[in-house]
Amino acid sequence: MQTSLENDRMAKLKKYMADVLEKTDRPESYLIAVLHRAQNLFGYLSRDVMDEIALTMNIPTSHIWGVATFYHYFKLKPQGKHSIAICLGTACYVKGAGDILRTIKKELKIGIGETTEDGFFSLHEARCLGACGLAPVVMIDDKIYGELTNQKIIEIINNYRKRDRKSKEG
Amino acid sequence: MEKKTITIYINDKPYRVEPEQTVMQAADKLGFHIPRLCYHPKLSIEGACRVCIVQVEGLKNYAASCSYPVSDGMKIHTNTQEIRRARRDIVELILDNHPLDCHTCDRDGNCELQRLAYSMGIKKRHFEGEKKSYDKDLSSPSVVRDPDKCILCGRCVRICSEIQKVNALRQAYRGFKTVVMPAYNMPFSESVCTTCGQCINVCPTASFIEKNYTQELFEKLSDKSLIKVAQVAPSVRAAIGEAFGIPPGTAKEKETAAALKRLGFDYVFDTQFSADLTIMEEASEFLDRLQGKGRLPMITSCSSAWMKCMEQFYPDLIENISTCKSPMSMMGAVLKTHFPEKIKAAPEKIFSVAVMCCTAKKYEAQRPELKINGLNGVDLVVTTREAAWMIKSAGIDFLNIKGEEFDHPLGLSSGAGAIFGTTGGVMEAAIRTAYELYTGETLLDIEVNELRGLKGIKEGKIVMDGKEIRVAVAHGLGNACDLLDIARKEPGKYHFIEVMGCPGGCVGGGGQPYADANSIPLDEECLKLRAKALYDLDRNRTIRRSHENPDVQRLYKEFLGRPLSELSHKILHTHYKKKEPKGIIPRGLVRAR
Ligand code: FES
Ligand code: FES
Repeated sequence: MQTSLENDRMAKLKKYMADVLEKTDRPESYLIAVLHRAQNLFGYLSRDVMDEIALTMNIPTSHIWGVATFYHYFKLKPQGKHSIAICLGTACYVKGAGDILRTIKKELKIGIGETTEDGFFSLHEARCLGACGLAPVVMIDDKIYGELTNQKIIEIINNYRKRDRKSKEG
Repeated sequence: MEKKTITIYINDKPYRVEPEQTVMQAADKLGFHIPRLCYHPKLSIEGACRVCIVQVEGLKNYAASCSYPVSDGMKIHTNTQEIRRARRDIVELILDNHPLDCHTCDRDGNCELQRLAYSMGIKKRHFEGEKKSYDKDLSSPSVVRDPDKCILCGRCVRICSEIQKVNALRQAYRGFKTVVMPAYNMPFSESVCTTCGQCINVCPTASFIEKNYTQELFEKLSDKSLIKVAQVAPSVRAAIGEAFGIPPGTAKEKETAAALKRLGFDYVFDTQFSADLTIMEEASEFLDRLQGKGRLPMITSCSSAWMKCMEQFYPDLIENISTCKSPMSMMGAVLKTHFPEKIKAAPEKIFSVAVMCCTAKKYEAQRPELKINGLNGVDLVVTTREAAWMIKSAGIDFLNIKGEEFDHPLGLSSGAGAIFGTTGGVMEAAIRTAYELYTGETLLDIEVNELRGLKGIKEGKIVMDGKEIRVAVAHGLGNACDLLDIARKEPGKYHFIEVMGCPGGCVGGGGQPYADANSIPLDEECLKLRAKALYDLDRNRTIRRSHENPDVQRLYKEFLGRPLSELSHKILHTHYKKKEPKGIIPRGLVRAR
């Protein structure tokens, strides 16, 4: 079922595409811009959204899929409430990011690019967040947590969970 | 006017060549074969594999000869120790992400990568790295996709988008994780893939191969309780010899019939017979439409890949499509109705096999609306390649076999039936019969030259009793789409359109023998020679018009009544439905909301 919110977003996306088609006869060259807009509106690129783009812009879906999967930036699944980006850049890696990643995976029971069953966390990898001095580092939403240990990261995750429970109860 | 030429040096010798071509093109003409992998002359240049590198004096890096243009005074080295080593390293790196299972691989002995590795002199393996590992996509009835064998040359992607314009395939993800796949990584069977099999033709390895039914067929052939019946498409005889090393252009008609009998078929019939039958129905249908009973232009319906393409991208033209089943399916229909009656057998006992140049026929055979009283008209389809393999595997000496006739009563065919296999042939055959049905006179000049050859879209005119009939022919789905776009815009432009889904028509089908070491997939010369083999068959027949085929006449007398009779409609005609596989776009069609 499409909610009215989704209808509203779709209407906005269609308006955006109509404007693009207005100004170009090579819609393919605007594909990335349109995908960007779609992700901003919906949070990720669903098949329905990509189908709609294909149909409106007359671009084969296989091509859209190729572009959407090529760039890590584009998300193909609904994102969790909080995004955890683990830095696997050189400095972090050397300082044990691999280990931290394993802990997170185990704790959340998801892999990179996936979202927890309760829709609370999504896990991503990043390449150097520019905080090498604090390595190893994760970024949760837009907050940086550094000098991590296995224990510390679990505490941080649990804090998010607690806060969420409180805000639900309160 | 004299053409301007420039001087280039290849391996220190000067040559005069035309400017504005690539190093590879110039070298080819001069007899220097530079190794290559992703390059194909009919496709855009990808420059992905770097196997074609050469040294150019003054250049710091090696140049990819498939895309590097020649210039005056250029000094090129194709075979120094340095470049040989560099090339060998490149091929080695490709091999290192490739399964080491040549001896159990479908392309063993016929693989471009294998040939390359051999010609590079790769004897040892220096790099051992991680290998990719994906599941095969077995969902399609026609084409198997095996990403593990893929070397990412991108030829399949390019033929699917540039020549066929179907756009079923694309590279997805990136780097080491790159995989060629349909949109959303959907199973092939749910994608827009038309099952034409052209990806198989151009694939250098076994990343795309046909769904192979040879083992199943061997099983059935040894089942004594079944009556095993084969039919053979025109283009099979035009190309099967190539699989045995015979140069293209020689039809092996009676040899094929003989070899199939030796394989264990009880009856070997000819799809050219049912091509004649198709013409009877189709020409009659056309004349009906011409007299206002139905939409024009009428579009042919023999090509299974084209049917799927049309249902997906041109559903607004469904009414224009001839309701005739394809010759294969017409034969199938007769094999499960009239034929068992005639030999006093139960239709369930007939095991009906089609030997086809085509992978899409495997898909067609499974279309539910083609069932005859609950039975499949065609139970199993094997391609020319599979049939050739079976013949070899059974130890049948195809090169020295004594030819045999096709069996009665469904084995006699006219020359018109033979040319069904090449682009323009169906139209030519239809004209021969329609003309006579319409005017009551015999068409004398029956070879319609403007409909022959490999031009993408061909047009012709004939005058029947003062009425001008405008016809058009397209081969390859991309050309077909272009032609249909014209017909959509100008509905009155043509009366009759022939479409074949593969380049060159059925002779270039997705199930035809692979190009040999000295050739390339879909080589135009080869396609022309295969077509010539069929035109020769036509010319050597005494009967060259479908309606003169005495066995077709007999079938009408004994069974069907007349063309377009109620029974004909019931078993020889079908219908089409709009298809919207998940996640595709109807090409150029504004979706009705
Ligand atoms: S490597 Fe992780 S922040 Fe720089
Ligand atoms: S053939 Fe030139 S780069 Fe592949």
